Amino acid sequence: MEVSYFPGCTLKQTARNFEISAISSCKLLGLDLTELSRWNCCGTVYSLSTDDSMHHLAPIRNLIRVQEDGFKEVVTLCSMCYNTLKQANELMKKEPDRLKKMNDFMYREEDYIPDVEVYHLVTYIKERLGYEKVRELVKQPLTGLKVAVYYGCLLLRPDSIKLDDRENPMIMEDLLTALGAEIIDYPFSNECCGSYHTLGQKEIVLNRTNKLITEARRDGADVLVLSCPECDFNLDHRQKDTLEKYPNFQTMPVLYFTQLLNIALGGNLEDCGFELNYIDPLPVLREKGIIK
Amino acid sequence: MSAELKQSGDKPNLPPDTKMIEVFIMGKRYKVPATLTIQKAIEWAGFQFLRGCGCRGGICGACPTIYRTKDDYKLKIGLACQTVVEDGMYLVQLPFVPAQKSEYHIEDERPTIAAIEKHYPETFRCVQCNTCTKACPMDIEVMQYIAEIIKGDYKKAAELSSSCIMCGMCAARCPAELQQFNVAMFVRRMYGRHVLPKAEHLQKRVKEINENKYIPFLDELGEISHDELVERYKSREWQPEPYEDPNWQPKETKYL
Repeated sequence: MEVSYFPGCTLKQTARNFEISAISSCKLLGLDLTELSRWNCCGTVYSLSTDDSMHHLAPIRNLIRVQEDGFKEVVTLCSMCYNTLKQANELMKKEPDRLKKMNDFMYREEDYIPDVEVYHLVTYIKERLGYEKVRELVKQPLTGLKVAVYYGCLLLRPDSIKLDDRENPMIMEDLLTALGAEIIDYPFSNECCGSYHTLGQKEIVLNRTNKLITEARRDGADVLVLSCPECDFNLDHRQKDTLEKYPNFQTMPVLYFTQLLNIALGGNLEDCGFELNYIDPLPVLREKGIIK
Repeated sequence: MSAELKQSGDKPNLPPDTKMIEVFIMGKRYKVPATLTIQKAIEWAGFQFLRGCGCRGGICGACPTIYRTKDDYKLKIGLACQTVVEDGMYLVQLPFVPAQKSEYHIEDERPTIAAIEKHYPETFRCVQCNTCTKACPMDIEVMQYIAEIIKGDYKKAAELSSSCIMCGMCAARCPAELQQFNVAMFVRRMYGRHVLPKAEHLQKRVKEINENKYIPFLDELGEISHDELVERYKSREWQPEPYEDPNWQPKETKYL
């Protein structure tokens, strides 16, 4: 099944492991992720100013591209892209006057008719395939792997775009359970990773990373699983600085959910792009007998 | 506009049925023949170009002109040498746009996102409003090549921007204050130097030129008569279009 796919800029750069593992695992699920023939930055952050239409142009222009390619649905992976595209789309559905103003401004494009639906891959798999189907396709169950699922904020807030219950989300846990993983109870799954403070005030992020990883370890997790390149940078790559600041800190592999999906479905190890993970997840996966 | 009103007593010599229209050059009304380009209309009105005019052939990028036409709110931009005047047109030329040009050594840089962050960090301020594309007199998809740069796709960005004439209208109109034409030049240089394969035949030819292979041929041309030169020019060989045969060679191969 051909599925229109919006990658986002980060997945073409630092989070290439997210993209290649998603494309590979989706193929094994029978989903052919088809990159939009033209696209631009999603807009990165959804603008909350009520009189600001300029910053909604980027996401809506991408939804026009979905239309142009003849699709009614678009799947995305990065939490930020998902949040921005989906929120801007909801705004257009809710405010026809604003949509008209934006269509007028973008007179070189075809008008956007706000009936494109934005999906995160996790929701798409749940609604279109269902976990039973996923379970049938598993070739290498993740038996014995203890997983803490981390959502961060962008998949759950605000209410209008949330993937699942804001305080007790289970959608990623359910997918990973279908893959055979053991889900640990992790009460920090919707806490903040420190986000862009990673640039200006790194200390804040190191504090968060120390807290979030240490708690996951205390709860018994082997790995942390997430869906956001920004969270991934803070929680994986910043473990280096965290270790310097907190000498007792114990590192933990952090993976994109698609990397585990790809392994469980019997995909190639090269398509996981593990060389881009800062903390190498291979030792723990070997130890559990999940990979050779 | 760097031009002066030239007071001359010359009388226009026009056919009697010439259609004249009104244009407003920097706010002042002039009557000009309807068939002129903006560039010729400005000269017709009595201005002499000191700047804002270069090749007169749509390539050099010196004569971008901002104009509005009657009953249309849209701000339009065109090259003065390529755009025909319209009745009721208001126009002004903008021969130069201030922009920063990063200095670097081409061998020290690589076609990466980090290089863009270093030399043209404002590129990431783009909000994808597409005003740049609307402004481009060369119909380049400016916003799209900026989007490709932000993704790190130097190839697409270089290809999309290749017909840029560096007039700077994109940068003049950009609400996020990008310097599109300069970052695109940076991208094309990186792409040409570090990504595209080297043209081996070109290196071979440069070597031959440096070894004076062509001096005797030029000397020979310098000594023949005018008539023979004309004759040779007329009978020179062309590769038949559309250049489909890669193995085509002229009958005379000593110059190859």
